[in-house]
Amino acid sequence: MRYLKYDKVVSAVESLCISACHELPDDVLAAIENAREKESDRAAVDILGKLIENAQIAKDEGIPLCQDTGLTVVFVEQGEGVAVKGGGDDGLSAVVSAINAGVAAGYEKGYLRKSVVAEPLNLRGNTKTNTPAIIHHEIVPGDKLKITVMTKGGGCENKSQFRMFRPTDDKQLVVEWVVDVAGQAGADACPPFIIGVGIGGNFELSCLLSKKALLRDLTDKNPDGFYAGLEGDILKAVNKLGVGPGGLGGDTTALGCMIETAGCHIASLPVAVNIECHSHRHKTISL
Amino acid sequence: MSEVKKITLPLTDKAVESLRAGDQVAINGVVYSARDMAHKRLIEAIEAGEELPFELAGAGIYFLGPTPARDGKVIGAAGPTTSSRMDPFSPTLIAKGLKAMIGKGYRGDEVRGALKKYKAVHFATIGGAAALLSKHIVGCEVIAYEDLGTEAIRKLEVVDFPAVVAYDCYGGSVYTLQGSK
Repeated sequence: MRYLKYDKVVSAVESLCISACHELPDDVLAAIENAREKESDRAAVDILGKLIENAQIAKDEGIPLCQDTGLTVVFVEQGEGVAVKGGGDDGLSAVVSAINAGVAAGYEKGYLRKSVVAEPLNLRGNTKTNTPAIIHHEIVPGDKLKITVMTKGGGCENKSQFRMFRPTDDKQLVVEWVVDVAGQAGADACPPFIIGVGIGGNFELSCLLSKKALLRDLTDKNPDGFYAGLEGDILKAVNKLGVGPGGLGGDTTALGCMIETAGCHIASLPVAVNIECHSHRHKTISL
Repeated sequence: MSEVKKITLPLTDKAVESLRAGDQVAINGVVYSARDMAHKRLIEAIEAGEELPFELAGAGIYFLGPTPARDGKVIGAAGPTTSSRMDPFSPTLIAKGLKAMIGKGYRGDEVRGALKKYKAVHFATIGGAAALLSKHIVGCEVIAYEDLGTEAIRKLEVVDFPAVVAYDCYGGSVYTLQGSK
């Protein structure tokens, strides 16, 4: 068994939170630049230019790209041959404890907004640490600990949807619904979007897949030609909606659509759509 | 692109009447930051007959919860949050004299009706351009509900803050112009 020190994981997560909020990933920036070149609406070209300028200011001056520095969603792929050693006695596993400690440190030291309340419906008191993070943990072969931090804004998350289709429904019905979800998100969810789609699994797995889909590179296509075709169909149809950057019109309503799938029950065809804003912030490290 | 109109808050009825959906504006003067919880408290204060933390007549509210300011800086990242979440509260504030709101996205029929009835305006600015927008804020002071942290009400001084008239006082909407909502 390979052991990683608790403090090493804490400081890695701390750095990921800060850099994710300050640096737009290269593929997202390239997609915005590419969209600006192709955009036919002059006001939309101007807004896309401002988004590129915003990314430059954020990177140069250490100002967050967006004031909504998100709920911190952390994907952990832990090799079966690696463990985290050390940490406190908070009753959590060392890896979960270290991730939350890293998030709290990152949000404090990085001057990031703490946007998490302790419980949802009664007092809604802010935890003032941006924890607990939402952690999706998988055990994988090998002896590495791969951690991906996604800082997911509330405005776009609010526009995400789930629907249970009939197993006999036509693929076109699914495509039309996903496009409709993006249209309903409209100006409220900070277009141009990245659209994550989870098809199959069950109720909760389809939703998780829709979020995982967002982690793929924007130039990436689903390895299955059928689903890669659907990704292209959805993106094309969404960009014909006319919502445009900031919802003020144009050809650029989405920068990408990624579909992830899983097998499912003979009675079911679950589909989830996770809407992500153009400020698509995520960073990964392998320890 | 149309010419950018310079406007200064607080707004007069005449200034509101001069604005049309789709106009590009550069906003100057004082605006107050308030989002979900601050709106809830403002309405509770009105219902209880209490004095509000700032003068509503002619005022502008920016739907904002900024990131913390670094040492020596006025404010952190400062972009708009989704306007429609304030829909249940805005008509009451507009009826009491609020003249302008700045946010992102759509407003409901009740808010749009109140803009017409009481002569007020709703501006949209660019969601997710928070580092850039922070450059247009030159003053920031927490004036109420400090316990709410980022959701506290801040008195902000803005200079040439870029926005577009999303909904005017004649029922016009920039989103209808664009063929969406």
